[in-house]
Amino acid sequence: MSILRKALTTAAMTVALMAATGAHAETKRIALVVKALGIGFFEAANKGAEEAAKELGDVEIIYTGPTDTTAEGQIEVINSLIAQGVDAIAISANDPDAVAPALQKAMERDITVISWDSGVAKEGRQMHLNPSSSALIGNTIIKLAADHMPEGGDVAILSATSTSTNQNIWIEEATKVLPNYPGVNLVATVYGDDLADKSYREAQGLIATYPNLKAIIAPTTVGILAASQAVTDAGKIGAINVTGLGLPSEMAGAVASGATKSFAIWNPIDLGYAATMLAYNISNGAKAEPGASIPMGRMGAATLDDNNEAAMSDPFTYDASNIEQFKSIF
Amino acid sequence: MTTKPTPRVIPDRLTSPLSRALRSWEALLFAVAVAVFIANSFASPYFLNAWNLSDATFNFTEKAMIAFAMALLIIAGEIDLSVASIIALASTVMGLVMTAGFGTPEIVLAGLATGLACGALNGFFVARLGLPSIVVTIGTMSLFRGISYIVLGDQAFTGYPKDFAYFGQGYVWWVFSFELVLFAVLAIGFYILLHRTNFGRAVYAIGNNPTAALFSGIRVERVRFILFLLTGLMSGIAAVCLTSRLGSTRPSIATGMELEVVTMVVLGGVSILGGSGSIPGVVLAAIIMGLVTFGFGLLNVPGIVMSIFLGLLLIGTIALPRLAKGLRRG
Repeated sequence: MSILRKALTTAAMTVALMAATGAHAETKRIALVVKALGIGFFEAANKGAEEAAKELGDVEIIYTGPTDTTAEGQIEVINSLIAQGVDAIAISANDPDAVAPALQKAMERDITVISWDSGVAKEGRQMHLNPSSSALIGNTIIKLAADHMPEGGDVAILSATSTSTNQNIWIEEATKVLPNYPGVNLVATVYGDDLADKSYREAQGLIATYPNLKAIIAPTTVGILAASQAVTDAGKIGAINVTGLGLPSEMAGAVASGATKSFAIWNPIDLGYAATMLAYNISNGAKAEPGASIPMGRMGAATLDDNNEAAMSDPFTYDASNIEQFKSIF
Repeated sequence: MTTKPTPRVIPDRLTSPLSRALRSWEALLFAVAVAVFIANSFASPYFLNAWNLSDATFNFTEKAMIAFAMALLIIAGEIDLSVASIIALASTVMGLVMTAGFGTPEIVLAGLATGLACGALNGFFVARLGLPSIVVTIGTMSLFRGISYIVLGDQAFTGYPKDFAYFGQGYVWWVFSFELVLFAVLAIGFYILLHRTNFGRAVYAIGNNPTAALFSGIRVERVRFILFLLTGLMSGIAAVCLTSRLGSTRPSIATGMELEVVTMVVLGGVSILGGSGSIPGVVLAAIIMGLVTFGFGLLNVPGIVMSIFLGLLLIGTIALPRLAKGLRRG
C-alpha cells in the first residue's frame, strides 16, 4: 500500500470516526467548569452533578477546570469544550467579565451556558444559579459571629481575592446588616487570595494588629481553615472565634478543638445537582427568561428574576452537634 | 625517493551543514511538535478541525509575542520577570484611557506606550545603574501590578469599544486570527533581528562575555537598555491582544504568565545562562506548548497533569544536552 493510500485511508477513518461521534448525540454532554481543580467544594459539586446524571440517565458529565483560579485558564478550558461540541456548559467563573466573550462564542455555536456559584456577566450566560440569596448569606455570617460574642466586640473579615464576585457581594450584604447587631464592630477586611499560606499570614496579621479581636469571619473555605489554624497556633482558642463559610470535612478538627464554634455552607452536592438539572432542562428547550420557573429535580424549581438569576436554598449551619454526620459527605 | 606531502584539507566545519541541522535542538523540537500533532489527531476526533486548531492558537500567541523579546533578553544574559505585571498595568492604563472617552487608536497607543515606559524603567535600573535584572524585575513585578490594584481594587474596566475587540477576537482571513498573523509577523521580525543583523550578533556577544563584548566596541549598556524596551513593548502588544480578547481589565489579568513565557523560551533551546538560542526554537516551543495544552484539554485531562507534563518536558530539555554530552565523553 502506498503512503498516499495509507494517508487517505487514515483521513477517511478520521472522518468516519467524527461522523460516528456526531451520531451519538442523544447522550447530553454537560461540562461542569469549576474555578480550579482540587478544591473540596467543587469535588462535592461534581458528586451532585454525577447524581443528577444518574437520575437523568442520558447525561455524561465532563468535570473540568484550570489548575489555578485564573480567567485565562478557564478560557482555555472553554475553548476546548467548544471544540468538543459539548451540549451545555455550567461554569463557576473566576472573573465575570473576562470569560464572557468565550462563553458568547459557545452560545453562538448552540451550546447552553449557565453559571452557578460565582456568576458570569449577563451577556455571557443564559441564567445564573446562586447557591442562596446573597442577603441571607451576608446576614448569616455576621449572625454566626454575633451568636458567640454576647458582649459584642471587634470582628474582621478574611476574604478570598479582591476580585472574587461572590465574596464581594456577601461582604457588601454583611456590611448592610451590621447596624442590626449593635455590639459587632467590623475593624478590617483582608484578602488571602484563596491561598492557604497567604490566608494564614493575613489571619496572623489580624491577630497581631487587633488585640481586642473576638471573631474572624472568612466567607471562603480556604480562608476559614487557614484562620482557624492561625488562631490555634497563636493559642487564642476561646478568645477568637473563627466563623464563616467552610466545608464540614475540613472544619471537623477546628470545631472539635473549639477554634470554630459554628460555620455555615449550603450543600455543594445540591448545588452541582441543581446546576446539572438546569443545564439539562435548558438544553432540552426550557426557556431561560425573567419569570420562568425551571425544574431542578429534587431541589424543586428555580424561579428566574429580572437578571435571569435564581437562588437555590438557604445556607445551613454546622456545629459540634452535626459535624460528625456531615464531615464524611463533603 | 622522496614522497611529496599530500595537501592537507582543513574543513571549516567538522560536520556537514545538513547533519548539523538534523542534530540541532530545533530539529528535535520539530519532531516533538509533529509527534504531538499526530498523537492529538488520533487521541481526539475534534482535533483535526481548522476552527478548533485556530481557537487553540490563542493558548500561546500572546505568550509567544513576549517570549520572542524575552529570548533576546535571556540570550544577552538578562531576564525580565515583570512582563505579566506590565500587561496588568498596560491594560489598566488602556482602561483609564477608554473611560476618559477616547477611541480604539488612543487605547492601543496607551497600551504600547505603557509597555515602553515600564521597559524603560527596568532598562534604566539594569543597564544604567547596573543592578541585577532578576532583582530589579521581581521588584517591578510587584510595583506594576500593585499600581493596577490601587487603581482598580475589586473593580473592572468593561465596555471597550466594539472595534477594539478585533485585536483579540478578529480574523484577518478565514481561520487566521489577527493574533496568529501578528505572531507570524513578529516571529519573522525577531528572526531577522537576532540572526541577520549586527544587533543580533551583539546580543550573543554580550551573553557570552559582556566584558569582551565591551572591549570589542559593543555598546553593552545601550543594547541591554534596548532589549528591556523591546520586552516592554512586546508586553504592551500582548496587553492589547489579551485585553481585547477578554473584553475587560482586572488587576489579576495575566497572573503567572511570566513563568510560562520563561518556560517557553527555555524549552525553545535558549540557554538560561545566556549566549545561545534561536527564534525558530522559541516558535516551535510555543507551538508545542499550545498543542499540548489544547490536546490535553480536548481529552479533559486535568490541568495539573498538563503542568506536570510541561514541567517534565522542561527538565528533560535542560537535562538532555548534558546527558548527551556526558555519554559522548564516555
